[in-house]
Amino acid sequence: MSLEPFGKITSRTVVLPQENIDTDQIIPARFLTTTTREGLGKAAFYDWRYDEGGRPKNSSIFNGVNPATHRILVAGSNFGCGSSREHAPWALLDFGFRVVISSDIADIFKSNALKNGLLPVTVDKETHQRLLASPGAEASVDLETQTVRIDGGGEARFSIEPFARRCLLDGVDPLGRILGQMAEIEKYEEARA
Amino acid sequence: MKPQSLFDKLWARHVVVEETAEAPALLYIDLHLIHEVTSPQAFTTLATRGLNVRRPDRTLATLDHSTPTLPAGKDGRLAYASAEAAAQVETLIRNCEREGIRLLGLGDKDRGIVHVIGPELGATQPGKTIVCGDSHTSTHGAFGALAFGIGTTEVGHVLATQCLLQRKPKSMRVNFRGALPAGVGAKDMALAMIAQIGADGGQGYAIEFAGAAIGALSMEGRMTLCNMSIEAGARVGMVAPDEKTLAWLKGRPMAPAGDNWDKAVDDWLALATDDGAAFDREVDIDISALSPMITYGVSPDAAAPVGGAAPEAASEAQAHGADYMKIAAGTPIAEVAVNRVFIGSCTNSRLEDLRAAAQVLRGRRVKKGVVMLVVPGSEAIKRAAEAENLHRTFIDAGAEWREPGCSMCIAMNGDKGEPGDLVVSTSNRNFIGRQGKDVRTVLASPATAAASAIEGRIADPRPYLAKETANVA
Ligand code: SF4
Repeated sequence: MSLEPFGKITSRTVVLPQENIDTDQIIPARFLTTTTREGLGKAAFYDWRYDEGGRPKNSSIFNGVNPATHRILVAGSNFGCGSSREHAPWALLDFGFRVVISSDIADIFKSNALKNGLLPVTVDKETHQRLLASPGAEASVDLETQTVRIDGGGEARFSIEPFARRCLLDGVDPLGRILGQMAEIEKYEEARA
Repeated sequence: MKPQSLFDKLWARHVVVEETAEAPALLYIDLHLIHEVTSPQAFTTLATRGLNVRRPDRTLATLDHSTPTLPAGKDGRLAYASAEAAAQVETLIRNCEREGIRLLGLGDKDRGIVHVIGPELGATQPGKTIVCGDSHTSTHGAFGALAFGIGTTEVGHVLATQCLLQRKPKSMRVNFRGALPAGVGAKDMALAMIAQIGADGGQGYAIEFAGAAIGALSMEGRMTLCNMSIEAGARVGMVAPDEKTLAWLKGRPMAPAGDNWDKAVDDWLALATDDGAAFDREVDIDISALSPMITYGVSPDAAAPVGGAAPEAASEAQAHGADYMKIAAGTPIAEVAVNRVFIGSCTNSRLEDLRAAAQVLRGRRVKKGVVMLVVPGSEAIKRAAEAENLHRTFIDAGAEWREPGCSMCIAMNGDKGEPGDLVVSTSNRNFIGRQGKDVRTVLASPATAAASAIEGRIADPRPYLAKETANVA
């Protein structure tokens, strides 16, 4: 599946200051019985957004969030820990997010996010604090230059695995690349057989 | 040659195309385990692209996450949590049939939790790369395999090519110092380690567990420890193969036999970390005075000795955890009331675990008002436990003895707690809502869980264990 090339995103932030937000929070397990990738936005942070009766919670931070204008999620450290469910980035993307920023993002989540066009950005502690302190601020995330700029002051560079970056910028499909190395794979198998 | 670690050796053996600054390595995968929850979308990707599963012979499937643990009703039907759950199971059955993948389906005598059946069948072997769309794939590292969890897109990559694009993680050695005291075991070691290094302390690392206490652990105990590596943020946990590894594997259906066995043994024993091999980080954990451990918060690093008190929150996250758990700082842990107990999951559902729980429960009863579920990890474990009459001990004590599956570990098959419940669970995650909406989870060993069931509050299992029992799972 080739993805739409990832350009620059300028948008408002949604801030979830909690540390260790695990994938069970991002999408509870009872929504994992699906056999497709689509339509999981409604399940994103479900138990944060809705009460037992399925009514939106007044206290939810997601109230008043317009997915069209709030495409950057800022979260406390160790975001995305826990299960390997790719349903987590699928749900965040379907909800409308294109970028997740934290000081520290769990490995499997990061890898899953990158493969689906959700950009995981890890920034230094100071920038992180500044972002956490200003919910709803406008921020720009530029993958080409690997910078985050916060409206009203503050700019930081972020690093990202170069291959994943190329894939996102150019819409390159990693599976296509592996398939292109089939000769090497066959040679490896023969040598070991 | 430069001294190499177990991890270095395994990595080097599986590189098809070397890593460069621009691109990750192409890594060959020897064994791909799949289950119903994280595979359907990967099969769809293959179908969309006109691809087939390249090596069905290196792929093994089971049903575990969504499957009910109650036996089929009179009409022969299973009580699925939803029509969607049933459809998910059907989808895996169809995908495996179409692609010629061996499926340990419903009714198969070898069916069980994905990380239990691999070692049980001898499919999990030293020196192999093993992946699965499940983060606890680290379990298989107990055999000296390089095993890690992947997402569904990567499941698709492996199905289509038997390879993955991966950067080599950094390496960490966790040295357990001292001997394990009586009445404590691998689960307690795991919780102590996570408490020490933090839930993200292993992020970016492949961990090797070392020290005399690791050599002394059973294979079951090593699996428990490697299983929990991911709760410290590490995707990989491993133990070098030794005589215990060989004793476990010998004669298993998928293990090498005859001359092949002898050859494999030489190869496997040479995998151990060389003297002087370098690690990016080394951590020492002293276990000589370790107590049974439990968690009191909503992250697995919020762990403390069962005889202790819940500590002061050191961060906002911990304060929030204490709120959710309704365990205020200073509360003696052994006073926390329990109304549900779960013994099961790929962390602690093996025969040794069930024996440890049964030893505590034998001749005793689960406290009135406490619901206790015992869910064996596989059909084979269920049979073995029943052959020893362990199920009688559980049933006589007032617990429920169920069919194998993930059950309350992930609570997506209908087995779950009720809002407000406090569950002592032998599984691996105490996240908010993991075992049902507003359910509070306390992680513990099987012995601690059983003792807590008897007392109706979190309890130290040691008084219930006979003196001669050195180690429990
Ligand atoms: S028992 Fe729990 S952790 Fe293990 S495979 Fe099942 S859901 Fe995952």
